[in-house]
Amino acid sequence: MDGNAPDFAAASRAALADPQLRGNFRRAMDGLMSKRAAQFSDAGEWHGVRALAASVRLRALSKLPELLETLEETCTRNGITVHWAATTDEANAIALDILHKTNAKLVVKGKSMVTEEMHLNAVLEKNGIEVLESDLGEYIVQLDGTMPSHIIMPAIHLNTKQIAHLFKRKIKDAESREDAAYLTDLARRVLRAKFQAADVGMSGVNAAVAETGTLCLIENEGNGRMCTTVPPVHIAFMGLEKVVEKLEDVPPVISLLPRSATGQPITTYVNMISGPRKPGEKDGPREVHLIILDNGRSSIYADPELRDTLRCIRCGACMNHCPVYTKVGGHAYEAPYPGPIGKILVPQIEGLEKRGAMPHACTMCNACVEICPVKIPIVEIMGRLRVEAVKPSGAVKDGGAKASRTEAMVWSGWAAMNASPTAYRVATLAMSKLGNAAPSSLPMLKEWTNVRTKPRFASRTLHDLARAKGVPDV
Amino acid sequence: MSETRNSILTKLRKTRDAHPLTPPASDFAPIEAKQWAEEERLPRIRRLMEAVHTEFLDATEADWPAVLREFLAHEGVGSLIYAPATDTGKRLVEGWDASSTALIPYDRPLEDLKPRLFDTIEAGLTTTRGAIAETGSLILWPTAEEPRTLSLVPHIHIALLRADALYDTFLQAMRDQGWAQAMPTNVLLVSGPSKTADIEQTLAYGVHGPKRLVVLVVHP
Repeated sequence: MDGNAPDFAAASRAALADPQLRGNFRRAMDGLMSKRAAQFSDAGEWHGVRALAASVRLRALSKLPELLETLEETCTRNGITVHWAATTDEANAIALDILHKTNAKLVVKGKSMVTEEMHLNAVLEKNGIEVLESDLGEYIVQLDGTMPSHIIMPAIHLNTKQIAHLFKRKIKDAESREDAAYLTDLARRVLRAKFQAADVGMSGVNAAVAETGTLCLIENEGNGRMCTTVPPVHIAFMGLEKVVEKLEDVPPVISLLPRSATGQPITTYVNMISGPRKPGEKDGPREVHLIILDNGRSSIYADPELRDTLRCIRCGACMNHCPVYTKVGGHAYEAPYPGPIGKILVPQIEGLEKRGAMPHACTMCNACVEICPVKIPIVEIMGRLRVEAVKPSGAVKDGGAKASRTEAMVWSGWAAMNASPTAYRVATLAMSKLGNAAPSSLPMLKEWTNVRTKPRFASRTLHDLARAKGVPDV
Repeated sequence: MSETRNSILTKLRKTRDAHPLTPPASDFAPIEAKQWAEEERLPRIRRLMEAVHTEFLDATEADWPAVLREFLAHEGVGSLIYAPATDTGKRLVEGWDASSTALIPYDRPLEDLKPRLFDTIEAGLTTTRGAIAETGSLILWPTAEEPRTLSLVPHIHIALLRADALYDTFLQAMRDQGWAQAMPTNVLLVSGPSKTADIEQTLAYGVHGPKRLVVLVVHP
């Protein structure tokens, strides 16, 4: 992905032409939507807890600098070493430094989208450190040499048959069996050996509690617990927005996240970590590090409208409900965060020059806004980013990158035509008489007519018809 | 790095002060309203947890070690690791000699136990600090005496739940037990055996953590 500018249009055309991929996504998203709906059958409960969760996130954002300072203080008091990184390069450097100091050769990782943002695995491998993803979906994607296609279910683009082939190719002594239970057990055997041997475990953070200096992680598999319990060193990564004020703020977030994400009442494990192994304790890592990453988030925070992007709790429900995501799949975005949240987050982090197409990959149907558990106005932000791409306010990186002189001229012509009755009459008359003669291969028409029928102009204008009916013209 | 820290915090403070945000009040009533009658809590927990393959055993204060012994013998479990310094651990060993299941005390640091814990020990026993009716979740509160790997590494996790320690919600348990004043190194909610649906949404149990979770309910 790095080096070449992502081409969403080309990637989505390729995805649309792949019936296997479309089938895999359609089936998965249908299942996830109905499971989620079953969890929120009580509308009153949904509205109440949703308003509470949104207030928790908004309160955290309203006190963000203070809460981050408190978090640093409470974590430090608990024995957690806190690091700050302005960029992904800085975060990678901090992680490498810790790994070098502990002479680490093998790292096991629990799922962390922030480390996807950092391309951490590639950096570690370049430095001769073996890194193994341990979430089953992430492990599959890593074996396949690709990227996650969904933030909650990374390997959702593959079916059992494809995964069975992959395991047969990549894992020693693997049998060729298209059986999820067998494949899961195979991964268990490979990874258990790695958990035992790993020098460092890495994880993300679902919520960090300022009040108590606690890192909350939720998961179903137990790999997150393995990574944060068994190796002698644990490094946790979080975006700076992931803080909440009080421990009591955790239950509302935990109540909505798994129900929105996968339609289960709660994940198998809710893991709350408040420090390294204390004297006398027999297990747990001896060192816990927390790396707090900015990577553009402080710029998003600076704008009062765009700031709402940072409410996100990364449940992925917006993807499951997005008609565009469901059709093109996660890889077409070529970004760590696909789907609706990706379409507003990634352009703000990476800039509109590189990511200007993303906010346009949206039908503005509002499905994501309706199900967002923390009420992010995703579609409004999407509209704002489209404007920033042509009329920059300075709030977004590479604003104005998609400005086009032709487009600006068309719009000022359109405005002039609508502002003058004479110009309007002349223009509409010309279109009704000559419009149908324009060939669909005209430069600007072609973009539209490539995939759609050219609309036919009516032979008489609306004004003309109204006049004939005796409506006084205006 | 403190330079990075300060510049991030300064920027956040400056831009927040330029555009302050007034959040709506946090109304916890929708969560506080979730209540179940005392006699409904255990059946609800059981139903929710059984739906994700958790197994249940019923016992009393007097007979739980015997119930456990019998279960392990019936299932052919050869070894059980436990916390020897806890009251539960002390009760467990009384009269265990006749059992076919070997008891292994967790009496040393993980580093000295790793290969056995991962490769040979079949089951682990922990206590709980209650359970939550809303979601069907056990509260695990590991300590120096009762390490957290007991409930993570062995293939079978057996959790002792006292039937009079049930809460309506996560929020209620946290408030009643005063968590915010005294968070230990690690607290866990456990709602079933380890599971995954990462392969084509097909549910499979026992991916990294325990393959089986057995709740030993101790009735008063």
